[in-house]
Amino acid sequence: MAAVPESTPSGKSGGFLGWIDERFPLSVLWKSQVAEYYAPKNFNFWYLFGVLSLVVFANQLVTGIFLTMSYKPSSAEAFNSVEYIMRDLDWGWLIRYMHSTGASAFFIVVYLHMFRALMYGSARKPRELLWIFGCVIFLMLMAEAFMGYVLPWGNMSFWGAQVIVSLFGSLPVIGGSLVEWIRGDYVIADATLNRFFALHVAAIPLALVFLVIAHLMALHEVGSNNPDGIEIKKKKGPDGHPLDGIPFHPYYTVKDLVGIAGFLLIFCAVIFFAPTFGGLFLEAPNFDPANPLQTPPHIAPVWYFTPFYAMLRAIPSFAGTQVWGVLVMGGAIVVLFFVPWLDRSPVKSIRYRGPLYKIALAIFVVSFVTLGVCGLKPPAGIYPLLAKIGTGLYFAFFLLMPIYTKLDSYKPVPERVT
Amino acid sequence: MIFKGIFKPLGMLLLLALPAGAALAEEESGLLEADTNINNTESLQRGARNFMNYCSGCHSLKYVRYNRMAADLKIPLPELTQNLMFTSDKPFDDVISAMPADSEKWFGKRPPDLSLVARAKGTDYIYSFLKGFYVDKTRIWGVNNYYLPNAAMPFVLAPLQGLQKAVFKNVPDDHGDAKMVLSGVELMTPGALKPEEYDQFVRDITNFLDYAGEPIKAKRQSMGVYVILFLLVFFVFAWLLKKEYWKDVH
Repeated sequence: MAAVPESTPSGKSGGFLGWIDERFPLSVLWKSQVAEYYAPKNFNFWYLFGVLSLVVFANQLVTGIFLTMSYKPSSAEAFNSVEYIMRDLDWGWLIRYMHSTGASAFFIVVYLHMFRALMYGSARKPRELLWIFGCVIFLMLMAEAFMGYVLPWGNMSFWGAQVIVSLFGSLPVIGGSLVEWIRGDYVIADATLNRFFALHVAAIPLALVFLVIAHLMALHEVGSNNPDGIEIKKKKGPDGHPLDGIPFHPYYTVKDLVGIAGFLLIFCAVIFFAPTFGGLFLEAPNFDPANPLQTPPHIAPVWYFTPFYAMLRAIPSFAGTQVWGVLVMGGAIVVLFFVPWLDRSPVKSIRYRGPLYKIALAIFVVSFVTLGVCGLKPPAGIYPLLAKIGTGLYFAFFLLMPIYTKLDSYKPVPERVT
Repeated sequence: MIFKGIFKPLGMLLLLALPAGAALAEEESGLLEADTNINNTESLQRGARNFMNYCSGCHSLKYVRYNRMAADLKIPLPELTQNLMFTSDKPFDDVISAMPADSEKWFGKRPPDLSLVARAKGTDYIYSFLKGFYVDKTRIWGVNNYYLPNAAMPFVLAPLQGLQKAVFKNVPDDHGDAKMVLSGVELMTPGALKPEEYDQFVRDITNFLDYAGEPIKAKRQSMGVYVILFLLVFFVFAWLLKKEYWKDVH
């Protein structure tokens, strides 16, 4: 029994598979996308995070479906139904923790996946569209996570939604009515919870599925980048396959299996021993039900939003409006889309770049993490200053990229992967 | 290899940054350490007894069922129905206090449900709170709380702990003048329990409330050990499989 479809000499399969292949390109798809998709043989640790994103996405979809069966999207019942899942539903606690830990894990692997792209120039020609699909996925993921966070209807859900939704109110002219339109009420209320539920379980996941498919199709069209940043398709053997390429299956399926096992070790350690992760993955104030009359002492979004939240707070109001902070926060995402064109270096991989890019990338990582810490903290003491510096460095990394990548020195790039 | 010099430090930077961020998120709390153990069933049983006798008159545990609690804490059913169920006669009922809806008029605040207090506030907070009452004649019940200033709760455990008084110390204010600041509490008149007995009494309640906040906690942790062991074995076999397949890749 072949899980891998075997072809007959005529190129057609026999039996049941043949019957299917005459009606649906199953073997063709399997071959072109998996068994004969040639990937560079020199993938390292950093190339795991794409497949891990897929694993976490599948986890979110499956656990999400089961949570939906017992969750009640109403302001009167939502909080109780989550506690029902945690206590009375068999294995409900495990499904819920898999979903809540999965949300944080999703951002960890996606951030590392994006960092990999910056390190090895994966956004560069011919992978611009692949990168842009990825940026849209990231944007959608943020919307998905934000709305999912509101659903348990804890006090931080409520006040977090209050803060984030009211950001739209700072837009000139349309702000007020836009906020009302988003909320469906004059305050965050039952109507808001209901529509967020609809978007969280149907609209955005659907969009994400299509975007992930587009992301993978674009990847398989242009071929994977690699840690050397060279195109393996340029050197092909007599059989027409890249000399430095190996079939994705079985080589990378078995290699990714090791990575997935390693990931699951960490993932399950969090689920079983630290599901709240010290209040970072599940925040303590969210174990109090939503209460419009009681603001938590300190409202902070979940950790994966805090770098952007810190940027929002770092920008002071000017000319009587707060809109500048909102624009800067939005700009922090928008600027990502332009990376393929901002980078002017003749090489892709950091291995053959000079010191300027390495220093810039290191500063970027430090400023992003610093912003994350600032966003978790109340805006007092040293943090507002750090957030301002961090915001400046974040944008400097992107906006000065055309300059420092041009000034940088470069090493010769080898013909074949190392 | 050239690249190892680059990606390793960067990777380490990232990996270091995560726990550093987590560590920074921890605040200095100034609370006493509860030192509870969710696996100590006897402590949980005593905590259930203490809670039902001293707390459940006013405070509900609306997400906790009596019979689930008895099963988890290994309390025999007759013991449960005769000695622990004061608010209901049906073992499948939730722990709901008899406090009427208008009790807000009596205390200024309705006694809160405590199902999730350990998750929302932490065990150290509960333990500290129950040890923080001191005599304060300006308050309506004659007591105040060091850890929750102007708490609305009367100190129902006073016969056990006795009465504490506030301790003040002089701290220079912004202008260099001495200023009296509340700095702690100390026992004034002893109660029925010795101080270490009272500590254990309160610790058991705290432990029980930790259980009430997440009844699956102890089981989750013990189950997790097997999950991790399985994954370790799986990891080794996956790695061997990969090695076997990659033998011919050079």
